[in-house]
Amino acid sequence: MSFPWAQEYKPSHPFMQYLDEKLPLPRFVYNAVGAGYPVPRNLNYFWNFGVLAGFCLVLQIVTGIILAMHYAGDAKLAFASTEHIMRDVNFGWMLRYMHANGASAFFVVIYAHIFRGFYFSSYKAPREMIWLIGVAIFLAMMATAFMGYVLPWGQMSFWGAQVITGLFSAVPLVGESLHTWLLGGFSPDNATLNRFFSLHFLLPFVIAALIILHIWALHIPGSSNPTGVDVKTESDTVPFHPYYTAKDGFGLGVFLIIYTSVVFFAPDQLGHPDNYIPANPLQTPAHIVPEWYFWPFYAILRAFTFDFLFIPAKLMGVLAMFSAILCWFFLPWLDTSPVRSGHYRPLFRKFFWALVVDAAILGYCGGSPAEEPFVMISQLAAMYYFLHFLVILPIVSSIEKPEPLPFSITEAVLGKDDKAVLTPHHAPAPSAA
Amino acid sequence: MVRIFGPLVGLFFAAALFWCFGNGAVQYLTAPAAKTAESLFHKHPHEDFKLASDGVFGRFDRAQLQRGFAVYQQVCSNCHGLKYVSFRDLKDLGYSDPEVKAIAKQWANKAPTLDEKTGDKATRDNLPADHFPAVYYAGQGNPPDLSLITKARHGGAAYVYSLLTGYSDQPAKLLKRFPDAKTPNGLYYNPYFANLNLAMPAPLTSDGQVTYSDGTKATVPQMAKDVSAFLTWTAEPKLEKRKQVGLAVVLYLLAATALAYMAYRNVWAGKKH
Ligand code: HEC
Ligand code: HEM
Repeated sequence: MSFPWAQEYKPSHPFMQYLDEKLPLPRFVYNAVGAGYPVPRNLNYFWNFGVLAGFCLVLQIVTGIILAMHYAGDAKLAFASTEHIMRDVNFGWMLRYMHANGASAFFVVIYAHIFRGFYFSSYKAPREMIWLIGVAIFLAMMATAFMGYVLPWGQMSFWGAQVITGLFSAVPLVGESLHTWLLGGFSPDNATLNRFFSLHFLLPFVIAALIILHIWALHIPGSSNPTGVDVKTESDTVPFHPYYTAKDGFGLGVFLIIYTSVVFFAPDQLGHPDNYIPANPLQTPAHIVPEWYFWPFYAILRAFTFDFLFIPAKLMGVLAMFSAILCWFFLPWLDTSPVRSGHYRPLFRKFFWALVVDAAILGYCGGSPAEEPFVMISQLAAMYYFLHFLVILPIVSSIEKPEPLPFSITEAVLGKDDKAVLTPHHAPAPSAA
Repeated sequence: MVRIFGPLVGLFFAAALFWCFGNGAVQYLTAPAAKTAESLFHKHPHEDFKLASDGVFGRFDRAQLQRGFAVYQQVCSNCHGLKYVSFRDLKDLGYSDPEVKAIAKQWANKAPTLDEKTGDKATRDNLPADHFPAVYYAGQGNPPDLSLITKARHGGAAYVYSLLTGYSDQPAKLLKRFPDAKTPNGLYYNPYFANLNLAMPAPLTSDGQVTYSDGTKATVPQMAKDVSAFLTWTAEPKLEKRKQVGLAVVLYLLAATALAYMAYRNVWAGKKH
């Protein structure tokens, strides 16, 4: 666990002492997000997004549970019950807008969190496990959001479900049976809606459990920092509370201002008008598009327009779409540079920014109709995407000459200090090979 | 292992994508997608269309909503339903309880009833708690329910306004270029509609078609504007409340965040980071 200089929990009130003896929950909290957790003093605002993501999950769970009290998970009633929430339930409109836009906010936050990880290579040893759990959380979030979007049973709900579940029929041999089994029928219907509601209710709690593992794994090496240099001495850190509770509190305020501005002044901006038309299996919408946070992956899916080496285009698309996320699992072993922070990796940094632009292009194409030139652009962008993670990163990390690192976090913050000598006692945390 | 298989997988996907790109490019260059009448003649809704309810401080114009309701009642309700709205919701437009009761009672389209004992179907007068009754339309096409129409179309109220005022003859240029695209019998040309021809005959055709009780002159654009405003309300009766609450929430958060910023500066004072 933590560093030797971490403050110890010393309850003064007799009741707290009693509690500490019987059930040391306050001690646990103290060591997790209290004064007992030493954190690098130089974290920038990108280190705020983890806390914000946790906040979003709580927000989704709270608003979701209240929505579920008024929502009817039945294909005949679902659409009308959502309108009932919007019109008749006290502040139901607010809950629904908070929940629908909360999903978007959650993804904004999580993408910032993930790209922070890319830039500062937070996935590297000794933090691989945190990263692996994080990717699993992201997958669970995608499943949750996809199923949530089906619940209002509008046109996009229905046709989105049709397209995405249809992907499973690309699986060789068992595809069709698998598809029917997953849907509980040949096309999305009441059985599908019911299981999606059940799973949409369940998965956020699975995510909550994964988050506990994520934080647990985090507290073994402790947080990384913008220099990527390991914590060496006490002066490199500050206690989480009050330093980062204060800083994250301010960040949370800024987040809430932006989020509530959307909820109250542009709540339908991120949604699709077609989802205000009740589901109609006989009428296909002109363009079927998922929610914005799936666009980059949707672009990759649709980029495969021709069979390749006897592999059907559809199967290739499905494989590529899942691989686009699965390859993140292997990042700790693909990027072998000993330097973590992109600040000190000139070549890597250029490719990082290329990836940011590439992801934006993929997103734009994924939200556009499947027509030229968008298809050709997404093919090139998807090509870069795979090359970036699977080919460029391994090469860059072996040929690149990193810039010199600061001796310590303290030095990076306070400037060079000749008196600072590294004593054996403060040797860097062992980094697992 | 990862460093061997990773690049191989990467090159495999890149090759497949390059293959698709090449094939697509050849197809694109040799057989470019033909232009369609829709792609050339479809018009976007008027961008300068404004309503009192727009913007952060937007409030409904009650008089306009009442006029829009009159348009719906006298014209649109012959073909279109409004099933998510109930009569008592009309109180929002400034009608009193007795007025709402009278509107419901006098509504031409009666509420259906079913005698549980005999199975006989009959009708009764509408009550304030009833939703607007379903409308059955025997003509060509399926008139959609209008409750959510301004949310269910790109462009919202501006689209409805543009559609209602956008009917015209088919441009000669269109017919010259696409002789097969002549508006079929029973459909009507309207460049604001996605595929240019729709089954709704122009519903608002002459000034004074609707009787306004507040003295406003019922020109076609005026009626179109009023009914679009009314349909903005039916799509989201809570719009006004949403903006009021939003202002309070955002102001509160601005103040709270300013305090949080000062707390942050205070805690970190003297601590370089
Ligand atoms: C004579 C019957 C009739 C009347 C009266 C009528 N409509 Fe329609 N309306 C239709 C039909 C039929 C359609 C379906 C058109 C189609 O899809 O081709 C339609 C469609 C619409 C649409 C949807 C267009 C789209 O984008 O799909 C709107 C909006 C609309 N009507 C508004 C109105 C308004 C507002 C009024 C009153 C001013 C009105 N209508 C009066 C028959 C009518
Ligand atoms: C990981 C967290 C969650 C995400 C990302 C998420 C996402 C979504 C999305 C995108 C929608 C569609 C919104 C719309 O179009 O209105 C939705 C709807 C819904 N969600 Fe969630 N959700 C989460 C957690 C929960 C939880 C915990 C519950 C309940 C226990 C819940 C209950 C509902 C209900 C009842 C609906 C349908 C009502 C509606 O459409 O507004 N959600 N969710």
